[in-house]
Amino acid sequence: MTFSPELEAKFQKLLASYPRGQERSALIPLLLYAQDEVGAVTPELVAEVAQRLKLEPAQVREAASYYSLLREKQPGKYHIQICTNVSCLLTGGAALFQHACRRLGIGNREATPDGEFSLAEVECLGACSWAPALQVNYDYHHGMTPEKFDQLIAALKQAG
Amino acid sequence: MLYNEPSPLEVKVLTRRFGLPGGPSLDTYLATDGFLGFRQALGMKPEEIIAQVKISNLRGRGGAGFPTGLKWGFVPRDSAGPRYIVANADEGEPGTCKDRLLMENDPHQLLEGMMIAGRAVGAHAGYIYVRGEYRYVLEILEQAIAECRRAGYLGKNILGRGFDFELYAHTGAGSYECGEESALLESLEGKRGVPRIRPPFPAVAGLYRCPTVLNNVESFSSIPVILREGGAAFAARGTPRDGGTRLYCISGHVNRPGVYELPVGFNLLRMLGEVAGGIRGGKKLKAVIPGGSSCPVLQAAECDLAMDYDTLAKAGSMLGSGGVIVIDEDTCMARVAARVIRFYAHESCGWCIPCREGTAWLAKLLKRFHEGGGSRSDLDLAAEIARNMLGRTFCPLGDAAALPTISIVEKFREEFEAHLEGRPCPFERVAGGEA
Repeated sequence: MTFSPELEAKFQKLLASYPRGQERSALIPLLLYAQDEVGAVTPELVAEVAQRLKLEPAQVREAASYYSLLREKQPGKYHIQICTNVSCLLTGGAALFQHACRRLGIGNREATPDGEFSLAEVECLGACSWAPALQVNYDYHHGMTPEKFDQLIAALKQAG
Repeated sequence: MLYNEPSPLEVKVLTRRFGLPGGPSLDTYLATDGFLGFRQALGMKPEEIIAQVKISNLRGRGGAGFPTGLKWGFVPRDSAGPRYIVANADEGEPGTCKDRLLMENDPHQLLEGMMIAGRAVGAHAGYIYVRGEYRYVLEILEQAIAECRRAGYLGKNILGRGFDFELYAHTGAGSYECGEESALLESLEGKRGVPRIRPPFPAVAGLYRCPTVLNNVESFSSIPVILREGGAAFAARGTPRDGGTRLYCISGHVNRPGVYELPVGFNLLRMLGEVAGGIRGGKKLKAVIPGGSSCPVLQAAECDLAMDYDTLAKAGSMLGSGGVIVIDEDTCMARVAARVIRFYAHESCGWCIPCREGTAWLAKLLKRFHEGGGSRSDLDLAAEIARNMLGRTFCPLGDAAALPTISIVEKFREEFEAHLEGRPCPFERVAGGEA
């Protein structure tokens, strides 16, 4: 596969960030940046990254499989991650997650058939004092309620 | 951005620039004492810088509370090869959301703290390891780094004083374990984030096996004011063995949850009542997890205490990362215990068997218990499994999972027993979802 010019620039910036001989340090950021464009850590991406960093594909897969943000399956256009860890649990996060499943008609780690939305129940997002919290792709939404969730979905649908 | 109203009781030292017009720009920073601490450090010998950090009584804000100055002092002065500065911005301890604010609202303060550390130990490069979810924070940091490079605060021969230093922001990709120092280093080297056996500690063999100063974001962010005002002035704000102010993240059942900067040693009950506005809905307090979910729980009657490392340790808990999780009388503690352990089971990296197996078995057992399928002997079994994890792992995740479990089961045993013989959970407040 070929990298987009933006991804190529990010790759060059990463290479310049680590000492000579330590290029492997770029692996995890590069996979995440590439996934932002490609949607998932595909076999083609693994092969490309391995070749660029002079690693075996198995070494790339070994590392990638450890990290929860790196995934093999394509998410929806809007990937919704709802925290149900303890601070969110105490303020309605688990009920919010159930509501989201019903509202979107999908379960945990599933996507809507039109590919618009996917849903994941996740661990602490670092928004405990403004719980319950969720992320749509990388955007934070604090103090969520089922009503606010419905408004958010409506706004995202309108944005297309 | 600020996500909650400040409290008039706050002592704003690290957060004094939050919300200033102009946002987190280098100009704003320079107009408000920015880099004065670093300029001070440029005129000092390395050992003088470390001495000020020791005098400040700053203890690591990531959770362990190790004295920062002492840690810096462990870096060998005569080693060949490079040394590194690494900031742990992999904020992931449930209940904790302060480093995010520090980086978002005052990124230059973190950079300056790392530069001073570089000067103190003779390092010329540093990395900020940011959790993958904080993408916008990563971008703010990269912008701040670029600004500093353009203005000559980073790069070669900084301020014409012969000191070279570079900083880089590095994103993680989702892993609580990578907040553990040695796992973070493995991850920064492009590998799975599993812990290293210690010794050697990172101060001697850290990033690329080179001497490395690794501190939490809040710890580094405390350094500029220590150099600017002197270690003694910083120390005076806290308790005799625990200096300064810190950011307490109050979450759960209070009227005004939020992140507040208060002197170390601030009374917990006062914090809940006066800073956070008391318990929501006029309910009674049942319990507090005082420093992030790894810390043993305090019952309501144990909460009249000073929030510093030593007092919390004496009370059988920990100050941890300052995540104060407040639980009211309507909450099922069996459910809380089950959710807390489910997190550790998910995040255990699997490297050490007592943690990998222990967290998984505890998660199954406590979930079953909360759903009404438990037996009396399960409670003793849970405590036994948890005790078998303590101290038997490379990193503290095993203990972090075992300690809260042991404390909740011990202190709230009656609540667990109320779930026996298939009786439905007597609490309905925390509705929905699986434990």
